[in-house]
Amino acid sequence: MKTMQTEAAEARLGATMNAAKETKISARNVQVYYGDTHALRDVDVDLESRTVTAFIGPSGCGKSTFLRCLNRMNDTIDVARVEGEIKIDGEDIYDKQVDPVQLRAKVGMVFQKPNPFPKSIYDNIAYGPRIHGLARSKGDLDEIVERALRRGAIWEEVKDRLNAPGTGLSGGQQQRLCIARAVATEPEVLLMDEPCSALDPIATAKVEELIDELRENYTIVIVTHSMQQAARVSQRTAMFHLGELVEFGDTKTIFTNPSEKRTQDYITGRFG
Amino acid sequence: MPVHWIVLIVLALAVIGYVMGRQKALASAGGNIRDLHSLPSYYGSSVAIFTMVFSFLVLIVWLIAQPIVIENQVAGSIPPEAVREGSTLGLMMSDVRRVADGLDQAVSQGAMTSEDAASIRSEFTDVRDRLGAIGVALGSDVGPAVLRAAQHYRALNATGNLFMTIVVLGVALAGFGFALMRSHKDFRARNVVETTIRYILIGAASIAILTTIGIVLSLIFNTAEFFRLYAWTDFFFGTTWAPSFSGRGGSSELGFVPLLWGTLYISLIALAVSVPIGLFAAIYLSEYASPRMRSFAKPLIEVLAGIPTIVYGLFALLTVGPLLLSVFGDGGLGWMKAGTAVMTAGLVMGIMLIPFVSSLSDDIINAVPQAMRDGSLGLGATHSETVRQVVLPAALPGIVGAILLAASRAIGETMIVVLGAGAAAKLSLNPFEAMTTVTAKIVSQLTGDSDFASPEALVAFALGMTLFIITLGLNILALYIVRKYREQYE
Repeated sequence: MKTMQTEAAEARLGATMNAAKETKISARNVQVYYGDTHALRDVDVDLESRTVTAFIGPSGCGKSTFLRCLNRMNDTIDVARVEGEIKIDGEDIYDKQVDPVQLRAKVGMVFQKPNPFPKSIYDNIAYGPRIHGLARSKGDLDEIVERALRRGAIWEEVKDRLNAPGTGLSGGQQQRLCIARAVATEPEVLLMDEPCSALDPIATAKVEELIDELRENYTIVIVTHSMQQAARVSQRTAMFHLGELVEFGDTKTIFTNPSEKRTQDYITGRFG
Repeated sequence: MPVHWIVLIVLALAVIGYVMGRQKALASAGGNIRDLHSLPSYYGSSVAIFTMVFSFLVLIVWLIAQPIVIENQVAGSIPPEAVREGSTLGLMMSDVRRVADGLDQAVSQGAMTSEDAASIRSEFTDVRDRLGAIGVALGSDVGPAVLRAAQHYRALNATGNLFMTIVVLGVALAGFGFALMRSHKDFRARNVVETTIRYILIGAASIAILTTIGIVLSLIFNTAEFFRLYAWTDFFFGTTWAPSFSGRGGSSELGFVPLLWGTLYISLIALAVSVPIGLFAAIYLSEYASPRMRSFAKPLIEVLAGIPTIVYGLFALLTVGPLLLSVFGDGGLGWMKAGTAVMTAGLVMGIMLIPFVSSLSDDIINAVPQAMRDGSLGLGATHSETVRQVVLPAALPGIVGAILLAASRAIGETMIVVLGAGAAAKLSLNPFEAMTTVTAKIVSQLTGDSDFASPEALVAFALGMTLFIITLGLNILALYIVRKYREQYE
């Protein structure tokens, strides 16, 4: 009885929260081609602000491709072509007026493999703020760096060696450094492409905790191969398969009562 | 028996050994390959190896040692009083060799029987005429001592060759028999073949290393010889280069400083030209160019590296020099006296080095992981910000290495300097004056008619040694830098 009550309460709470959230990113009829390959077809999705949305699906299903559309990282691949409409805050990001460089400052990205620059920890974090002129003075920059490292939950571990090279940290620390680096430019959206795939379970737990905290301020989209991770950190889940968006909805619904058989099969491990 | 016959016989033995060894091993296993320790071909190979390797080793050693031994014996048999006035034993020995070769030819052409050749006496026959008749020209009349020595030489050679044939074929047969005997199904033929292959590879590597050591040693000994004749302080700190070739009288001043200065000055100008151009070309090719452009432009730039340096030298002499002269010469600014100048050689050398810098830097920039670029672009950096602040710092150690390698090329360059910079050894700051470099002076010191034991010729070795140490130091420094920072972004 009691559990049923709490579940109902949670559901009500979830519903009101969802209602309060506005759409941050909206994609309509998105197609992506890599040369002659049609990598992603007919994707329509609305991602809410201050929410963690997980993209799941087997390898090569187009989830990373779609993620890279959201900050136009696909522009760096010569053969990639994107069609359709993607709007962030109602603004079409593929409009000719939009500068992809500015867009990427607003939509930060964390990659699958930790990729700190071969610079000091401090310079790694300060890289974005310096490029975008966010700091007025050295003290200002110090503050930004500290805030970013704190948000990246790595401040305590590195505060005494900010001048040590970022490449000398362990894998999990490197990934949190990269998250802190992405956060330092004050983006509104944070894209994460399998951020924990190269990490051990303890580091993964730390990063997941971090993602949950970051949800208060950012719209987070995370690509993951781990069902448990998607279930743990996300509120909404999108299931991709063979370049199509199969199903999109509340994480709880997707994992307990998926409407598509393909989703059910994937989640229960029957393919993928 | 001539050497090529011996080689052919041993090879034939090896082929026979291969077939027999293979068959014997197969027969011992009753024709079942699975019962053999190794594949049948390994048994054959092991017999062939035992037949060939040791006999060829003996052959090579014998071919090197026999002439030395015979030479010593013949030279020892010539009485000291037989050496003519104004001649030396060495000159006489070359006469002996020539006569012996002439007699060999006479016998092979049928103009003499081998008994004749062994028994003719200069007292009764004019050997020079008889050999001249069959096309062997001799410089002087053949004296009795030389002719006897030549006949002695031939006799020793004939015996030596006979023994060589017997010993080499004997070794080949022994190896053949030994290996064939061992060819049994339990014999580990594969291991024998593997070991042999390893030793052959070690041999190849050691030949390369030994040659290097030999060159360095000859440099060191000749340099030491030079410093015995000439004070090292005058060489390293002397500021005048004025060699006077012996015969003309007077002593030479062999100061190294003007040459070193010329070398460094020209190299510096060359690097000032090649590093920015090469580096920017590399950045364009690896970061900005489309794959099609890259596949088209990269080979074109590398064509520059394939042009022989003498062609660059011509270019300096005939095109760049006159061009500079028309601007900076008497008709223009008046700084330049002739087309050959430091600037001419430096500019052309810089062009030559562009492909070195660009090609190496391009590879190094490409080796920077794409993740670095993605990370920077993902933070909203522009393309050039990414290149400047992430890609180049990551590639910097490699680029420094590339530049140092280019520098050691520039320091060692000769032809462009000979044709483009002139031959005057001068200490001057004016880049439009003619100067010369260490390498160019080595050429001019050794291409003269000078006595090889004089300091004027031996100084070439001291120059070469110094140059070698400088470029070696640069190369080691380059390798060290590249290695130390290579793993940084792993």
